[in-house]
Amino acid sequence: MPDVRIVNVTKKFGKIVAVENVSLHIHDQEYFSLLGPSGCGKTTLLRLIAGLIRPDEGEIYIGDKLVNDVPPEDRDIGFVFQTFALFPHMDAWNNVIYGPKVKGFDMEKATTIGHEVLEMVRLHERLDAFPSELSGGMMQRIAVARALAAGAKLLLLDEPLGQLDAKVRNELRYEIRRMSKDLELTAIHVTHDQSEAMAISDRIAVMKKGKVLQIGTPKELYMNPQSVFVAHFIGESNFLEGYVLNENNNEVLIELRGGIRVSVTNKTLTKGERIVLAIRPEAFIIEKETEKSKNAMLGFVERVTFEGTNIRYEVRLENQDLVVIVKPSLVGEWFNTGEKIILSFPLEKAHVFAYPDVGLREEIAVE
Amino acid sequence: MPKPKITEVLDTLSSRKSVKYGMYSTAVIVFFALILLPPILGIIIKWNTMQQVLIQPELTSRALNAVANSFIIALFVSAIDVAAGIPMAWLITRGKSKWLNVLDTVADIPFIVPTAALGYSLLLFWSEPEGISSLFGSSLVSPGWLLVTLLHFTFSYPVVVRVVVGALLDYKKEYEQASRTLGAPPLTAARTVTFPILKPSLIAAFILAFSRSISETGATIIVAGTLFENGPAFIQKITDDFKAVPPRMDQLTYEGSLAFASFVLIAISFTIFALIRILGPKLKLPIKKIYPTFDRKLSYSKAAFSRDSVTLLIFFAIILIPSLFVALPAFQAISTETLPNAISGVGIWSEYWQSLILSYSLGAIVTIFNVIIGLPMAIIAARRKAGALPSAILDLLVNIPLIVPSIALGVSLKFFWKETFTFMPEMLLLIFAHLAITYPYFVRSMSAAVERISMDTEEAARTLGAKPLGVFRTIILPLTKYSILSGAIMVFTRSVSETGATVAVVTTLRTAPVVIVDWVKQRVAVTVTPLEIGLGCGFLILFSFMILLALRLIVRGRGRY
Repeated sequence: MPDVRIVNVTKKFGKIVAVENVSLHIHDQEYFSLLGPSGCGKTTLLRLIAGLIRPDEGEIYIGDKLVNDVPPEDRDIGFVFQTFALFPHMDAWNNVIYGPKVKGFDMEKATTIGHEVLEMVRLHERLDAFPSELSGGMMQRIAVARALAAGAKLLLLDEPLGQLDAKVRNELRYEIRRMSKDLELTAIHVTHDQSEAMAISDRIAVMKKGKVLQIGTPKELYMNPQSVFVAHFIGESNFLEGYVLNENNNEVLIELRGGIRVSVTNKTLTKGERIVLAIRPEAFIIEKETEKSKNAMLGFVERVTFEGTNIRYEVRLENQDLVVIVKPSLVGEWFNTGEKIILSFPLEKAHVFAYPDVGLREEIAVE
Repeated sequence: MPKPKITEVLDTLSSRKSVKYGMYSTAVIVFFALILLPPILGIIIKWNTMQQVLIQPELTSRALNAVANSFIIALFVSAIDVAAGIPMAWLITRGKSKWLNVLDTVADIPFIVPTAALGYSLLLFWSEPEGISSLFGSSLVSPGWLLVTLLHFTFSYPVVVRVVVGALLDYKKEYEQASRTLGAPPLTAARTVTFPILKPSLIAAFILAFSRSISETGATIIVAGTLFENGPAFIQKITDDFKAVPPRMDQLTYEGSLAFASFVLIAISFTIFALIRILGPKLKLPIKKIYPTFDRKLSYSKAAFSRDSVTLLIFFAIILIPSLFVALPAFQAISTETLPNAISGVGIWSEYWQSLILSYSLGAIVTIFNVIIGLPMAIIAARRKAGALPSAILDLLVNIPLIVPSIALGVSLKFFWKETFTFMPEMLLLIFAHLAITYPYFVRSMSAAVERISMDTEEAARTLGAKPLGVFRTIILPLTKYSILSGAIMVFTRSVSETGATVAVVTTLRTAPVVIVDWVKQRVAVTVTPLEIGLGCGFLILFSFMILLALRLIVRGRGRY
């Protein structure tokens, strides 16, 4: 049963460092996602695991075996490409049984496996169709079936849903996870779509500029981001800049721009330190202007957008910062454009980070 | 800056349907009148003279044997070319050594050496005492079918390598990677996925090698010797017999022989190309079966090293060294009286320099004509300007001169123009012949370049107010100017190298390759020395190389959008 260990792996393309000193342990039968913006090195890392490229430094283990010098055909993997890479000169059936055939299985066994995986992806009726005759969703199913038919216990998926319509994408992502779990596979799924990663993963590694910033369950990453970037990339956050005015045990008093003062829980900040305060849009409590409470900020509603499930408010604070607040549309009262309001947030739902050396804008940039 | 008025007027005119259709119609009419119909009508005009051959069974049999030799050699050489060219293309595109760039460039050398010079170079290397034969005490490969086969292999090999390299570079590597991740070793992945996907390119490479082989005349005559005949050599010998003093053949038999050989060459060429075109896509490569253990053994280092070594050995020993062997007498000539004589234009050199000037002038004129008449046709083909079906048919017809053996094309053109316009100047006839041969090269390369430009780009310009000619000037031309240059280079080199059509259409004018062929023939009578021939070939190669280098420097790094 394969777990995957990546130890201090670095890969450079000329002067560009695509993956820098990455270490990861992906457990057996885990559904693991590599998540990050374009160019962050996630696909490179997946191709390193597949053996399509070799690391410049570090070690990759599949199970107990060091595979640095093992060619892809001997790693016992299934790989689903973003473009599916279905062989255009073979029909769906021959694509699916290609793996068993090249591995030297007899035709009877290859046929049995082929039927089993096609049953699993529910595409038995299009066996004789060529890839050009299939829809995007069908091609994706055949690509998955082909990877599964090879009999590997490690499934590598490189943005497998990237070329599909939103509706099909949403359906198929759960199917892929279900199949992976039913077959007790270890799956590594590369995506830049945080909602996709959150929906299907047991754990996620968030990457940026060739490095892994944080590994955790979707809940951990959302509720307890360890960096400004993760707070920004996973879900949505409002960032307010300020500095530590005072510290007292675990609670620090922060003065935001414009003299707004708020208290948060933090053990590491020191007096005078420049900080960024991150608050999720749904963490805010929004009330009509009454009496100002603790951690309360005055502002007025600049824009209201009805999104169906939620209502999204853009609120201009008195220090001129703009924050976004999301509230369920069917719960509580609605506010109108121009209305004066008071915003507050629970202490434990605010995350404070040291101000990034490169600046806030650069730190959260995804391009 | 205000636009010059003439441009505005032309732009506005180009919006008119009458002007637009007039231009495209002219291009089509010129194509039919100058390129496509004359060779067909030429044969029809002389149809009756073929009787003269058919009543002489010996002559008929000789002509048919010669034509059969042409096709046997062309088919054999093309198959060998593809088999030998694939490993070389693979090495160039997939190898990791920094020297492979050099190898990539060096692989083109036989391509740029004019074939007459190449023929002499091979003759020296394989047959003469100065070449490899010096190691064996006797001629290793005597002039004849084997040397012709080696020659055809040498000049068509780079064409195949170039096509397969291009195909491998454009090939989406993910298919191969997918195959590897499914458990296929490299050889299985290449056999079962890469080459079946690249089958159209392999067929195209085969067709190009075949058409090069079937058309080649000058160098073939040099290496064929006195006994062996293929189609072009037969036509050349018949012409020699007719021109001999006193003539060894009457005019009717001469014309009949030429018409008969040309007709059979053209007819079989058409049949073969049609068969390849129809059956090629249906052809199943005999490489689908999977041998897991055997493939695995052949996929890794030792076998791959052996494959690369054999590939390089074939390239250097059979292609490169024989192609450049003519440099030896050319350099020897420098330290003798030959060079000063050549430079001062004494004796045979006077005619040589004139022929060289004629070759390059002809190349330049034909290139300019091609650009003028070929561009509109390329746009018609690429943009389906004549409607889907007519444009597709035109696209197909444009390729025809490519598959007709050039000497046969020359013969039929001569019949047509000489019969229709008795007083047509020989230079004009020569231009028409070279134009017919080179036209497909330019149109093909340009239509491919135009097809690469998205229609959206053109439509964006139109929505911003550009007239059709304005779109051409400001969008198509800037985006294809380096393709035009590349097409022009192809036309120029093909024209300078051409011998078959030239000897077929002219009697007094002589281009440089024709002079070289004559020199080699006269060498037997010791009127021209090997050093002189070597130097003549050397100049031809040097000037061709310099012109190509200059053009390549202009094009470098800007050829692709």
